[in-house]
Amino acid sequence: MSSFSIFDIAGSGMSAQSVRLNTVASNLANAESVSGTAAGAYRARHPVFKAEQPADPSDPGAGVAVQGIVESTQAPDKHYDPGNPLANSDGYVYSPNVNTVAEMVDMISASRSYQNNVEVMNTARTLMLATLKLGQ
Amino acid sequence: MALDIDSYIGMQAQALKVQSRRTELLAANLANADTPGYKARDIDFREALSAAGYGTGTGSAPLPMARTSAGHVDGLGSGTAADGTLKYRVPLAPALDGNTVDAQLEQAAFAENAVRYQATLTLINSKLRSLMTAITGQ
Repeated sequence: MSSFSIFDIAGSGMSAQSVRLNTVASNLANAESVSGTAAGAYRARHPVFKAEQPADPSDPGAGVAVQGIVESTQAPDKHYDPGNPLANSDGYVYSPNVNTVAEMVDMISASRSYQNNVEVMNTARTLMLATLKLGQ
Repeated sequence: MALDIDSYIGMQAQALKVQSRRTELLAANLANADTPGYKARDIDFREALSAAGYGTGTGSAPLPMARTSAGHVDGLGSGTAADGTLKYRVPLAPALDGNTVDAQLEQAAFAENAVRYQATLTLINSKLRSLMTAITGQ
Protein backbone atom coordinates (compact mmCIF):
# COMPACT_ATOMS: atom_id res chain seq x y z
CA MET A 1 0.00 0.00 0.00
CA SER A 2 1.43 3.31 -1.13
CA SER A 3 0.25 5.25 1.90
CA PHE A 4 3.42 4.16 3.70
CA SER A 5 5.05 7.02 1.82
CA ILE A 6 2.96 9.45 3.89
CA PHE A 7 5.34 8.72 6.74
CA ASP A 8 8.30 9.60 4.50
CA ILE A 9 6.63 12.79 3.30
CA ALA A 10 5.55 13.98 6.75
CA GLY A 11 8.94 12.88 8.13
CA SER A 12 10.81 14.94 5.53
CA GLY A 13 8.62 17.92 6.44
CA MET A 14 9.39 17.44 10.13
CA SER A 15 13.13 17.19 9.56
CA ALA A 16 13.09 20.29 7.31
CA GLN A 17 11.16 22.27 9.91
CA SER A 18 13.54 21.14 12.65
CA VAL A 19 16.49 22.40 10.56
CA ARG A 20 14.62 25.70 10.33
CA LEU A 21 14.10 25.72 14.11
CA ASN A 22 17.82 25.02 14.54
CA THR A 23 18.80 28.00 12.41
CA VAL A 24 16.35 30.20 14.36
CA ALA A 25 17.92 29.00 17.64
CA SER A 26 21.40 29.72 16.26
CA ASN A 27 20.38 33.18 15.03
CA LEU A 28 18.71 34.13 18.31
CA ALA A 29 21.58 32.79 20.40
CA ASN A 30 24.06 34.82 18.39
CA ALA A 31 21.91 37.96 18.11
CA GLU A 32 24.24 39.83 20.47
CA SER A 33 27.59 38.31 19.45
CA VAL A 34 29.53 41.35 18.32
CA SER A 35 32.73 41.31 16.29
CA GLY A 36 35.57 43.74 15.63
CA THR A 37 35.34 43.39 11.84
CA ALA A 38 32.43 43.48 9.40
CA ALA A 39 33.53 40.18 7.85
CA GLY A 40 33.82 38.46 11.23
CA ALA A 41 30.29 39.36 12.37
CA TYR A 42 27.77 36.55 12.64
CA ARG A 43 25.30 36.51 9.77
CA ALA A 44 21.72 35.28 10.05
CA ARG A 45 21.28 31.81 8.53
CA HIS A 46 18.20 30.56 6.77
CA PRO A 47 17.47 27.16 5.22
CA VAL A 48 16.34 26.85 1.59
CA PHE A 49 13.51 24.35 1.11
CA LYS A 50 12.92 22.49 -2.12
CA ALA A 51 10.19 20.03 -3.07
CA GLU A 52 11.54 16.54 -3.82
CA GLN A 53 9.92 15.70 -7.13
CA PRO A 54 9.34 11.95 -7.35
CA ALA A 55 10.81 10.09 -10.32
CA ASP A 56 7.34 9.08 -11.52
CA PRO A 57 5.30 12.25 -12.21
CA SER A 58 2.01 10.46 -11.51
CA ASP A 59 3.24 9.67 -8.01
CA PRO A 60 1.61 12.32 -5.84
CA GLY A 61 4.12 12.19 -3.04
CA ALA A 62 6.54 15.09 -2.92
CA GLY A 63 8.56 15.38 0.25
CA VAL A 64 10.60 18.41 1.16
CA ALA A 65 14.36 18.64 1.28
CA VAL A 66 16.69 21.26 2.73
CA GLN A 67 18.74 22.27 -0.29
CA GLY A 68 21.20 24.28 1.75
CA ILE A 69 21.60 27.01 4.31
CA VAL A 70 22.24 30.55 3.11
CA GLU A 71 23.66 33.42 5.10
CA SER A 72 21.97 36.80 4.96
CA THR A 73 23.80 39.29 2.73
CA GLN A 74 22.54 42.31 4.64
CA ALA A 75 25.40 44.43 6.01
CA PRO A 76 25.97 44.05 9.78
CA ASP A 77 25.16 46.99 12.04
CA LYS A 78 28.06 49.17 13.20
CA HIS A 79 28.01 50.54 16.75
CA TYR A 80 30.36 52.89 18.56
CA ASP A 81 31.42 51.05 21.71
CA PRO A 82 35.06 51.86 22.58
CA GLY A 83 34.80 50.10 25.93
CA ASN A 84 34.28 46.73 24.27
CA PRO A 85 37.51 44.68 24.14
CA LEU A 86 36.49 43.51 20.65
CA ALA A 87 36.19 47.06 19.29
CA ASN A 88 38.44 47.99 16.38
CA SER A 89 40.96 50.88 16.47
CA ASP A 90 38.20 53.43 15.78
CA GLY A 91 36.11 52.05 18.67
CA TYR A 92 33.45 50.35 16.52
CA VAL A 93 31.94 46.89 16.93
CA TYR A 94 29.83 45.05 14.35
CA SER A 95 26.68 43.33 15.55
CA PRO A 96 24.99 40.50 13.60
CA ASN A 97 22.34 41.27 11.00
CA VAL A 98 19.81 39.17 12.94
CA ASN A 99 16.28 40.55 13.03
CA THR A 100 15.06 39.04 16.31
CA VAL A 101 11.40 39.87 15.68
CA ALA A 102 11.49 38.17 12.27
CA GLU A 103 13.28 35.20 13.85
CA MET A 104 10.57 34.84 16.50
CA VAL A 105 7.89 34.90 13.79
CA ASP A 106 9.91 32.32 11.83
CA MET A 107 10.10 30.17 14.95
CA ILE A 108 6.31 30.22 15.44
CA SER A 109 5.76 29.42 11.76
CA ALA A 110 8.26 26.53 11.87
CA SER A 111 6.73 25.17 15.06
CA ARG A 112 3.20 25.26 13.60
CA SER A 113 4.35 23.57 10.40
CA TYR A 114 6.09 20.88 12.46
CA GLN A 115 2.88 20.29 14.42
CA ASN A 116 0.96 20.07 11.13
CA ASN A 117 3.26 17.29 9.96
CA VAL A 118 2.93 15.45 13.28
CA GLU A 119 -0.86 15.59 12.96
CA VAL A 120 -0.67 14.29 9.39
CA MET A 121 1.46 11.37 10.58
CA ASN A 122 -0.91 10.63 13.48
CA THR A 123 -3.96 10.66 11.20
CA ALA A 124 -2.24 8.45 8.63
CA ARG A 125 -1.34 6.01 11.41
CA THR A 126 -4.94 5.90 12.66
CA LEU A 127 -6.24 5.31 9.11
CA MET A 128 -3.77 2.53 8.43
CA LEU A 129 -4.50 0.79 11.71
CA ALA A 130 -8.21 1.01 10.89
CA THR A 131 -7.47 -0.50 7.45
CA LEU A 132 -5.58 -3.36 9.08
CA LYS A 133 -8.65 -4.15 11.18
CA LEU A 134 -10.83 -4.42 8.05
CA GLY A 135 -13.22 -7.37 8.25
CA GLN A 136 -12.70 -8.05 11.92
CA MET B 1 -25.94 -16.97 -8.75
CA ALA B 2 -22.25 -16.66 -8.08
CA LEU B 3 -21.16 -13.73 -6.01
CA ASP B 4 -18.28 -11.67 -7.36
CA ILE B 5 -16.49 -10.19 -4.35
CA ASP B 6 -14.75 -7.70 -6.61
CA SER B 7 -17.97 -6.18 -7.88
CA TYR B 8 -19.57 -6.56 -4.46
CA ILE B 9 -17.13 -4.17 -2.79
CA GLY B 10 -15.58 -2.89 -6.02
CA MET B 11 -16.60 0.75 -5.88
CA GLN B 12 -15.71 1.13 -2.22
CA ALA B 13 -12.31 -0.45 -2.83
CA GLN B 14 -11.63 2.02 -5.64
CA ALA B 15 -12.84 4.91 -3.46
CA LEU B 16 -10.48 3.75 -0.71
CA LYS B 17 -7.58 3.76 -3.19
CA VAL B 18 -8.37 7.28 -4.39
CA GLN B 19 -8.80 8.52 -0.82
CA SER B 20 -5.49 6.96 0.19
CA ARG B 21 -3.78 8.69 -2.75
CA ARG B 22 -5.44 11.94 -1.75
CA THR B 23 -4.17 11.56 1.84
CA GLU B 24 -0.66 11.23 0.43
CA LEU B 25 -1.08 14.26 -1.82
CA LEU B 26 -2.45 16.47 0.96
CA ALA B 27 0.38 15.30 3.24
CA ALA B 28 2.83 16.43 0.53
CA ASN B 29 1.07 19.80 0.31
CA LEU B 30 1.32 20.28 4.07
CA ALA B 31 4.95 19.17 4.16
CA ASN B 32 5.76 21.73 1.46
CA ALA B 33 3.81 24.58 3.12
CA ASP B 34 7.03 26.62 3.36
CA THR B 35 8.74 25.56 0.12
CA PRO B 36 9.21 28.46 -2.29
CA GLY B 37 7.59 27.89 -5.67
CA TYR B 38 5.68 24.76 -4.61
CA LYS B 39 2.24 24.50 -6.21
CA ALA B 40 -0.44 22.76 -4.14
CA ARG B 41 -2.19 19.88 -5.90
CA ASP B 42 -5.34 17.92 -5.27
CA ILE B 43 -7.23 14.99 -6.75
CA ASP B 44 -10.56 15.49 -8.51
CA PHE B 45 -12.38 12.70 -6.67
CA ARG B 46 -15.31 12.47 -9.08
CA GLU B 47 -12.98 12.23 -12.07
CA ALA B 48 -10.65 9.74 -10.40
CA LEU B 49 -13.56 7.47 -9.55
CA SER B 50 -15.11 7.67 -13.01
CA ALA B 51 -11.65 7.04 -14.53
CA ALA B 52 -11.65 3.81 -12.50
CA GLY B 53 -14.98 2.90 -14.11
CA TYR B 54 -17.31 3.98 -11.33
CA GLY B 55 -18.86 7.15 -12.70
CA THR B 56 -21.84 8.78 -11.05
CA GLY B 57 -23.94 8.28 -14.17
CA THR B 58 -24.51 12.00 -14.66
CA GLY B 59 -22.65 11.93 -17.94
CA SER B 60 -19.63 13.66 -16.45
CA ALA B 61 -17.17 11.01 -17.61
CA PRO B 62 -15.45 12.10 -20.84
CA LEU B 63 -16.04 9.94 -23.90
CA PRO B 64 -13.00 8.90 -25.92
CA MET B 65 -12.83 9.94 -29.55
CA ALA B 66 -13.13 7.19 -32.17
CA ARG B 67 -9.73 5.97 -33.33
CA THR B 68 -9.46 4.71 -36.89
CA SER B 69 -5.67 4.49 -36.87
CA ALA B 70 -3.14 3.41 -34.28
CA GLY B 71 -1.55 6.87 -34.50
CA HIS B 72 -4.70 8.67 -33.31
CA VAL B 73 -5.14 9.90 -29.76
CA ASP B 74 -8.30 9.19 -27.80
CA GLY B 75 -8.58 12.79 -26.60
CA LEU B 76 -8.63 11.81 -22.94
CA GLY B 77 -5.17 13.09 -22.20
CA SER B 78 -1.90 11.26 -21.97
CA GLY B 79 -0.55 9.01 -19.29
CA THR B 80 -2.41 6.76 -16.92
CA ALA B 81 -5.96 7.41 -15.83
CA ALA B 82 -4.82 8.64 -12.44
CA ASP B 83 -2.59 11.26 -14.07
CA GLY B 84 -5.33 13.45 -15.47
CA THR B 85 -7.10 13.64 -12.14
CA LEU B 86 -4.21 15.48 -10.46
CA LYS B 87 -5.05 19.18 -10.51
CA TYR B 88 -3.28 22.27 -9.29
CA ARG B 89 -5.21 24.20 -6.68
CA VAL B 90 -6.38 27.70 -7.60
CA PRO B 91 -4.79 29.83 -4.89
CA LEU B 92 -6.84 32.36 -2.95
CA ALA B 93 -3.78 34.35 -1.94
CA PRO B 94 -0.50 33.07 -3.42
CA ALA B 95 2.63 33.93 -1.45
CA LEU B 96 5.31 36.18 -2.92
CA ASP B 97 7.71 33.22 -3.12
CA GLY B 98 5.35 31.40 -5.50
CA ASN B 99 4.01 28.94 -2.92
CA THR B 100 0.29 28.28 -3.28
CA VAL B 101 -0.25 26.11 -0.18
CA ASP B 102 -2.97 27.47 2.09
CA ALA B 103 -2.25 25.55 5.30
CA GLN B 104 -5.76 26.02 6.73
CA LEU B 105 -7.41 24.86 3.53
CA GLU B 106 -5.11 21.84 3.30
CA GLN B 107 -5.73 20.96 6.95
CA ALA B 108 -9.49 21.12 6.39
CA ALA B 109 -9.20 18.98 3.25
CA PHE B 110 -6.97 16.49 5.07
CA ALA B 111 -9.43 16.18 7.98
CA GLU B 112 -12.34 15.79 5.56
CA ASN B 113 -10.47 13.16 3.56
CA ALA B 114 -9.61 11.22 6.73
CA VAL B 115 -13.29 11.11 7.74
CA ARG B 116 -14.30 10.00 4.22
CA TYR B 117 -11.63 7.29 4.31
CA GLN B 118 -13.03 6.02 7.60
CA ALA B 119 -16.57 6.17 6.19
CA THR B 120 -15.48 4.04 3.23
CA LEU B 121 -13.81 1.60 5.63
CA THR B 122 -17.05 1.38 7.62
CA LEU B 123 -19.01 0.70 4.42
CA ILE B 124 -16.63 -2.09 3.38
CA ASN B 125 -16.76 -3.51 6.89
CA SER B 126 -20.55 -3.60 6.92
CA LYS B 127 -20.60 -5.25 3.49
CA LEU B 128 -18.16 -7.89 4.75
CA ARG B 129 -20.29 -8.36 7.86
CA SER B 130 -23.45 -8.93 5.85
CA LEU B 131 -21.50 -11.42 3.76
CA MET B 132 -20.48 -13.22 6.95
CA THR B 133 -24.10 -13.23 8.09
CA ALA B 134 -25.10 -14.81 4.78
CA ILE B 135 -22.34 -17.43 5.07
CA THR B 136 -22.90 -18.42 8.69
CA GLY B 137 -26.67 -17.91 8.63
CA GLN B 138 -26.66 -16.49 12.14
